[in-house]
Parts: sequence; C-alpha cells; structure tokens
Amino acid sequence: MARAGASASRSASIGGPGKGAVLRAEAIEAPFAPGRGLVDDALLAKLIGVALERGGDFADLFFEYRRSSAIAMEDGRVRNVSGGIDMGVGVRVVQGEAVGYAFAESIDPEEMIRAAQTASRIAQGGGKAQAVRVRTRDVPSRYPVHREVVDVAGIDKVELLRRADAAARKVSKKIARVDASIVSVHKEILVVDSHGWVSYDQQPMVRFGASVIARNRTRTESGNSGGGGRLGLSYFERVSPEEHGREAARVALVNLDSRPAPAGSMPVVLAAGDSGILLHEAVGHGLEADFNRKRTSNYTDRIGERVASPGVTVIDDPTLPGSRGSIDVDDEGVTGDAEVLIEDGILRGYMHDRISARFFGRKRSGSGRRESFRDVPMPRMTNTLMSAGQDDPEDIIRSVKRGVFAKKFSGGQVNISNGDFVFSLTEGYLIEDGKLTAPLRGANLIGNGPEALTTVSMIGNDFTLSDGMWTCGKDGQSVPVGVGMPTIKLDRLTVGGTALT
Amino acid sequence: MSDARGPRAKTKSAKAKPVKAKAAKAKPVAKAKPVAKAKPAAKAKPVAKAKPAKAAASSGRERLLAVAEHAIEHARRLGVDAAEVSVATGHELEVSVRQGAVELVKEAGSSGLSVRVIRDGRVATSSTTDLGRAAVEAFLARAVEMAEVSESDPLAAPPGRRELATTWPELDLFDERTSRIDAEEAIALARTAEAAALEADKRITASEGASFGRSSGHSVLANTAGFVGERAGTYQSLAVQAVADDEGGKKRNGVYWTGGRFFSELESPTAVGREAAVRALRQLGATKMDTGVFPVVFDKDAARSILGLLAGCILGDSVYRERSYLARKLGQSVASKHVTIVDDPLIPRGPGSRAFDGEGRPVRKLLVVERGKLQTFLLDTYSARKLGAKPTGSAAGGGGIPHASTSNFVLQAGKWRPAQLLEGIERGLYVHRMMGFGFDATTGNFSRGAEGFLIENGELTVPVGEITISRNLDELLKGIDRVADDLDHRTATTSPSFRVDAMTIAGA
Repeated sequence: MARAGASASRSASIGGPGKGAVLRAEAIEAPFAPGRGLVDDALLAKLIGVALERGGDFADLFFEYRRSSAIAMEDGRVRNVSGGIDMGVGVRVVQGEAVGYAFAESIDPEEMIRAAQTASRIAQGGGKAQAVRVRTRDVPSRYPVHREVVDVAGIDKVELLRRADAAARKVSKKIARVDASIVSVHKEILVVDSHGWVSYDQQPMVRFGASVIARNRTRTESGNSGGGGRLGLSYFERVSPEEHGREAARVALVNLDSRPAPAGSMPVVLAAGDSGILLHEAVGHGLEADFNRKRTSNYTDRIGERVASPGVTVIDDPTLPGSRGSIDVDDEGVTGDAEVLIEDGILRGYMHDRISARFFGRKRSGSGRRESFRDVPMPRMTNTLMSAGQDDPEDIIRSVKRGVFAKKFSGGQVNISNGDFVFSLTEGYLIEDGKLTAPLRGANLIGNGPEALTTVSMIGNDFTLSDGMWTCGKDGQSVPVGVGMPTIKLDRLTVGGTALT
Repeated sequence: MSDARGPRAKTKSAKAKPVKAKAAKAKPVAKAKPVAKAKPAAKAKPVAKAKPAKAAASSGRERLLAVAEHAIEHARRLGVDAAEVSVATGHELEVSVRQGAVELVKEAGSSGLSVRVIRDGRVATSSTTDLGRAAVEAFLARAVEMAEVSESDPLAAPPGRRELATTWPELDLFDERTSRIDAEEAIALARTAEAAALEADKRITASEGASFGRSSGHSVLANTAGFVGERAGTYQSLAVQAVADDEGGKKRNGVYWTGGRFFSELESPTAVGREAAVRALRQLGATKMDTGVFPVVFDKDAARSILGLLAGCILGDSVYRERSYLARKLGQSVASKHVTIVDDPLIPRGPGSRAFDGEGRPVRKLLVVERGKLQTFLLDTYSARKLGAKPTGSAAGGGGIPHASTSNFVLQAGKWRPAQLLEGIERGLYVHRMMGFGFDATTGNFSRGAEGFLIENGELTVPVGEITISRNLDELLKGIDRVADDLDHRTATTSPSFRVDAMTIAGA
C-alpha cells in the first residue's frame, strides 16, 4: 500500500509565501481543497494505489468543484435566475495509449474507491504496490481576482443587465428588443498524479452578453456583443455593460442596411481581434497532438515544413492575465507556457497532453484539458494568437481593389482530416477600390488550413485580443478559449454569399 | 448546436462559438451522453424519456419517487407558489478502440435533481447531484432564496392541475439488454466495426477509431399540482471513423454510425465499418466546383440538417424572441407543396419519443407544415402565453426553465426514388455533408460549407469540396421540387433526400 507524505506541505503553499500566496484563502470553498482536511494525503495516496492495483503506467485524480450563477433578462425583465454546485472526482488509469476512466459525483471515500476500481480494470499488467509520496506543485497565478462575479449580489448583477438593456434601447428607435445575460463561475480543481504531485487552482470566470433585435419597415435583424474572462467585477471597468448594449445595437442597425454578400474566391481582409477564430479553426485543431499521434490530421508529419506565409507566427498561450482561455495549470496538473506552433510560416510544434507528449518523446505537456470531472482530458487550445506584423491596417484595406472586410463572427468549424474550415461572418463590408463600402449580409467563408495561410500577404501592427466569449467544442466536450490576431490580408478565400458578379 | 447530441461518433470537427447563457451544468441524467459531434439529430437525446418499462430496477425507481415526493413536499413547506422537480439516475458505458487496440473504457453512474421554483411569480432553477434528504432541503431553500432576484411574471405559472396528463401510453423505450452489454462485448463490437473499415479498401490508411456507447436512465417528474410521471429509456450506438490519404497529401475522413433505443435495431458492426470506409473514399480527389447558381440535391443526412434549421425556427421561444424568420408566418406558405412535416412524440421506440412533456402535459402528434403551409408552432406553457396561443405539449426536459423542443420531427417521404432526384439536372451539386453555423434564424439567411459530388447530365461524376452553398431558407424550402422515398427513423429529426431548384454555390 502506498504511504502518504506530510499534509502540511500542501497547506503551506496556499497561505504561505511563494507563488501560491496569491490564491485567496478566503475563496476556498471546495471540501477537497488543501488544508481543509476532508481529503487528506493518506486518502489521496490510497486512491492512487487502488487505481494502479492492476498495473498501468500512471494514474490521476481530478477533483472539481464548480459553483455557477446565471441570470437571464428577456426584453427588460429578469425571467430566470439559476445556479448550482457541481462537484466530483474523475479517476483515470493509463496503460500505453489505453485509458480507463470513471467518476464519482461526491468525495465520499467509498464512492471514490469504487470509481478507482472501475478505472483500474483497463490495466492488465498485474500491479506493483507503488509508494506514493504526496507533494505540492507550485502553480503560477495568472488571474488573481479580488471579488468574483459569482459572489456579487443578485440585484447588482441584474443592474448590470439593466444598464446594457437601457444603453441598447437608447441607440435608436429601431431597437425592438433586447436580451442580456450574465454567467459567472467559481471553480476549484485539485489534480493528483501517481508521481504524487498535487496541483490546486481556483478558476474564476465571467461572461456577459447582450443580444438585440432591430426592425425597420421591411426587415428584422439581430446583433450581439459579448465578453468576459477569468476576471472579477473589474471586467466591467474594461468594457462596460453599456458598451456591450450599444455594440449589439450598432451591429443590428448595420445589418438592417446590409446587402447580399458576394459569392466566389476573392481577397479577404480579416479585422483584428475576433478573426482569431480563423487561427483556431484553420491551424489550431489540426495541431492538437492527439490527431497527429493518430495520423488523422492534415498536419501529420509536417513539422519543419512551410504551412503559412513568411511573417505568420502563431502561438498558443495560457499565460495571458485574466483571459478566458488562460490556465495556471492544465487539467492533468501540468503548468504550460506559451507554445510556438508556427514560426515565420514554418510548423514548429503541436499541443500536447500527457499521452501524446510521451508518444512524441516530449518532456512537457500542458495542453491537457477537459470539460469536467466526468470527462477524459485531451489536447486542447488555450489562447490561440497570431503575432503582430508591420503593416498599417489602413494600408491593408487600401491595397484591395475588390474584396471583403470581415469583422465579426458567430463561430467556425474545421474538418481535421482534409483541413477545410469554415467561419460564419456576422458583420462584414465590401471593399471597393481600397475603401469600405456596403455592409454585407452574413455569409460563410471557407478555406483550407495550410493553403489559406500561405495566401497571407499583409499582417497588421494592431494585435488585438478578442473579448472573452469563445467556447470550443471537441468530441462533445466544451472548454473556454481565447483568440486574438492583428488585421491580416488573405489574397484569396472563398466567400459564400449569394451575389454573383 | 450545443446540445446536438447524437450517438457517439468522434468526428474531428471542432467548433468555437460564443456561449449562450447556461449555468448549473449539473444536468442530472442528461449527462448520459453516449455522444459526440457527428450530430445526427439535434434531438436524439440518449436519455431516458418514457414510462418505465417492465421490470426496470424497481428499488432505484422507488428511491427516485421518494426523493421527488419529499422534494415537492418540502418546497410546499417553503411557501412556493409552485415547484417542479425532475430526479434522474443514469448509467453509461463508453469504449473506443483504434487500430485494434483499446483506447478508452469509461463507465460511470450519475444521478441528479433539478428544480424550478416559483414564488410570488418569481422563477429560479437549480440542480444538484446530492440526493440526501438534508442536502435536498438545503438546496431547495437556496433555490427559493435565488428567486428573490428574479422579477414577478404572471405568465410564469406552470400548468394547472386539469391541464396535466393523467394517463399516457407505453412507448417501449427501455431495452433490458442494454445494461447487460459489458466492456468486453462493447470492445468486440467496436473492433469488428473498425476492422471492417480498415479491410474494406487498401486506400484506408488510418482510423480515428471505433466507439460503442450505451446509456440507460430512469427519471421522475413531479410538481406541486400533483403530477408524478416516471420515464425510462435506453440508447446505444456504434460509430466508426475511417481516414484515407489523397494523392495531394490531404486526408479524407468518413464517419458512419448506427444507434437506437434497442440493441437489436443496430446495424451490424461490419456494415457500419464498411460504410465509414465508403464515405472516406468517396471524397478522394475532391476539388472545388465553379461559382454559380445550380440545382442542389441533398442526401438524407444533409436534408436532415436543413430540416433541423427549420425546427429551430418553429419553437415557441424562438418565435416570441423574434429569433425566427417564421415568427409572423403562421398560416402562410413556408415551403413548397411537396413538404409536409409532423412532430410525433408517440412513435414506439422513437429516439425522440416522450409519453408526456417536460411540464407534465399530454402530448400528441402535430401537423406542423401541411403541403407547404405552416399550421402550428411548438409551444410550452410560457411561450404559448407570450404568443396568446394554446400550448401544444411540447416542453422539453423538466425541472428547468421550460422551453419547447421537437420530439420526432419528420419530413414525410415523397414518391421519388433517390436516383430520380438527379433526373434532368444538366449541372448541379449533390450534397452529403455540410459544415459551419452559417444560419441566421432571425432572417433565414443560410450559407454553409458543403461536400458532395458534381451532377452532370443526371449523373454523379466527380467529388467536390471546399465550397459553400447559400440561399435564404424560406426560398430554399419553397424551391424543393422533389422529395424522395428514403425516409428512416434512425434519428429524432429525420428527412428523406430532396432536391432544391437552385442555390448559389461559391467555389473556385
């Protein structure tokens, strides 16, 4: 049987000096949190021991506590207030590339042991009793929050919604309806691996959104604005509720005057910020190492090759302070740093979880993420960014004789195997003789990852991080992510409008 | 798109999109998602939704009933106007194999309680996984407290006693066989299916693997108006994804799955694997086609996806929130005369069947579109009141904010054989897969990525991809000029193949 180490070492990293000190002790709620004594080192060691009793290369425990709050305002009235607590632990046993997984929806020792036994059945080797000495890993603090939004009184959150609602309606008499919502989460995770490392993190989140309907005599159109991140109330000092209300109204009004988008292949200028969705789809997913380990990605075996124009540098960066996609530690207990995926157009690396890192002989992973304790981790993006270039954004638009300026998007999708990606334009303009002219109706843009990125011919000096509103889905699991990029020009991309020229 | 949960077929498509307001993720049984993103039907919830069948785990059922009844009693003591709870338990097994080796065995049970309370006309919802007596009481007290932040809404009251279902049919949604499938048998099924894909053709070079998932669940819906209804259901699915290498270095993937409430309804593993291979191979050498306006034939997978867009536009909350281009079109023509659509919750063994709705109302088969004319929206109590109409018994779920959903949403079969849809097309597009979210429900504008074949002189010729197809959905549905006879009930939302007279295709 395994033996436990000193539990004092764990609590020390919470309240004591060092990087752990910024975690707010008063924000600890999870019964499994270090120092609370409900899940002690002996129990952790025992669970790891049970998980590996039939063998296996390694095992981990993922404890999660998630308290959420959501308020939805419909047309000026709070229709519903919801919230709740979800807690449990997932147990994973890995042997080679095979994973055994089970979870318990409580931290009752018997239920956790049962989950560990279920997960252990994957292994066939016959177990060796491994002594696990539990030790704490220092994690950085990339999103210290003094007052989490989830703890703000309900009526104060309703007031934020009201401010967005009022601001949107004031923009124009054509604003027919406003909906707004605020979702906030306090999450704590504790990851324990079979080497004995324990990582604990608090992960706050807020997400605010406004959605507007505008109507004139002949048309009804919608506009949205949203944002947030791993931030507290201070988010609303960066972007006020009024700004979201006005922005949603602006987009809806622009769309009232929109005309059919063109159809066919043409130059496309992507605006800074939200266009980062292009990176996420065209590059990001294909560089998640699980697809490359399985040889099903379009980017398999292409490290060192040119996959984008010179000047294109793409990184995945979990360290951005307060960003929606940032993580102090991944859901396998590994602290990751910014990873260069593409450097000056050359493919440099993939994003790894522990399984793929071992497969590719990499020392370090850091991209293992999961939706909840009910799910297995896999390589995922955090904040996917393109570095700024030298060009003036206005020069970029001026350089296009006829094309499309793409500003806002509702989402995107990619087929990993053939590399085709789409993203859906919700605000765009025609470029004629270097000037923005008519607003365009929504349309899909479609391209192929490496092919599209080798048509990048200008890169702006105006890097912008998209406000935190993106959620990425893969194999049925959703995780929050961030994107960002400067204005860029693609010489050719297919625009899926209805207007033929 | 977020809860499009079909059988589990791991596609590699991954999406980013803005989130919608959704908290309290502790969805009880809805977590039994043997699912992924191949997204057959936005409705094929693998979750138990029907009257308990035969000998379904009686002790577990009694516990659910006891928890539900205690919760309702306690809510009454807390002085609510009304409360509704849904208590559920589920169990799931999921395995996957790749290149013959086991990649994942996941097995877990889950349980949960979700509640909607209304006090002084103010609504709150919450959920928990802790079904202990004391925990439930504390949880309910918090939910009632949360409602204080809400605003009083006279329309929010749940259905009255006389509006609730008192009897309901047995829909045969629970297969005793399902929970007896153990990991070993599941692995064998997945291995057989994957092997069939790999052996089908030398050009199949890789596999994302094969997976088998099964789930079973029981739930009880109860409210303070005296309704108590039990549901139970099972679902299982087998999926394969094969990959072929193109000469140009591109890879082509093909996904195929089979799923159903009863194990015996599943297609054979060999057939599933072979079809996945066919689907990967058919895209080899795909090129763009020219930009222009052409007739488009949608195979039944693609047609189902189009039908799903329409489904989203006839739901009560989309209509009153004006997130529907059909909001003001009741009684008007919304499709060609070849189009008749029903929503039928009462199909035995149907993936979307339900014997009563999420508020405890009786359900019935609804004629939604009759020869092109929009006859009804699908309404829960709240949206019906908002629109000044009668509820149609279409509420989904239970214990949350009620919203209307489709059950088995079916575009009726036409008279044409699928091959006859190609007749007379000189140059056109045959679509078998679409991608992207390019649909604006408020305006009906539609624009999505597509893959398929070029149609030349009435025949499928070369594979095409990396193109988009666009047209307003209203015009698209009115442009349907032939509907085929190849309807199946594999998914809750389902359509036969159909042909549209013209769409704009953007390609080279």
